[in-house]
Amino acid sequence: MAETQAGFGRVLVAIYAVFAISATARSLYQLLSKFDVAPVAYGLSALSGVVYIVATWALATDRRPMAWIAVGFEAAGVLIIGLVTMVNPDLLGDETVWSRFGAGYGYVPLVLPFLGLAWLVKTGRTRASASLNEPEAI
Amino acid sequence: MTPFVAYAIAAFASTVALFALWHSFKGFRFSNPLFYGVAATEVLLVVAGVGALFVGGNQGDPILFWSYYVTTLIIAPAAVVWGIGDKTRWGTGVVAIAMLTVAVLSIRLMQIWQGHG
Repeated sequence: MAETQAGFGRVLVAIYAVFAISATARSLYQLLSKFDVAPVAYGLSALSGVVYIVATWALATDRRPMAWIAVGFEAAGVLIIGLVTMVNPDLLGDETVWSRFGAGYGYVPLVLPFLGLAWLVKTGRTRASASLNEPEAI
Repeated sequence: MTPFVAYAIAAFASTVALFALWHSFKGFRFSNPLFYGVAATEVLLVVAGVGALFVGGNQGDPILFWSYYVTTLIIAPAAVVWGIGDKTRWGTGVVAIAMLTVAVLSIRLMQIWQGHG
């Protein structure tokens, strides 16, 4: 059984799934109904939604390298876009998932990637030590 | 989706979330009372949806409202399926997160209904 199927990983996958659905659905609606208003903001939201989907899938199926990339991308995204929108709130035209460090979503977009990275580090370490200490099944 | 309906659902879902959190802290497995709580939340959502369909008064975009509604409806069953797969405290933790999400989405549904999409 993959580690993401048990323990805290299960909660992590659930939260990622919620954001994958909500961010993607909302940005699709915005892109289809009012693309002209803020194409950069809606494009960014769509991109973050797709990366959330990849992260959810990678975490749920224990594809670690891909999970590292996707979760790391979310962390970089929320920090960069968060900072940019703090300095210049009108630059992107409209709210994105990452604007003002995810304030519009209760700062979950800020906390979630670091929770994910911490979890990947922690379970990666226990798995490495487990494979060192435990002999192959006989 | 009047404010009363939305806040009632949000309050009920939050209560079920606290109940699930209590399960999680105590290390209890997914229990029958918790299941009834989640099921009752789902029934409230269905009733609110039927009400919204027949009473009318939507100030917002119907497509946006109903897509949010369907998403809200799917969350609870998905959480139960994903949650009972883990028989530890984390399984009920998933249910707690899901119920909080339903509470938030219920408020969002009200905002869209009032035209603040």
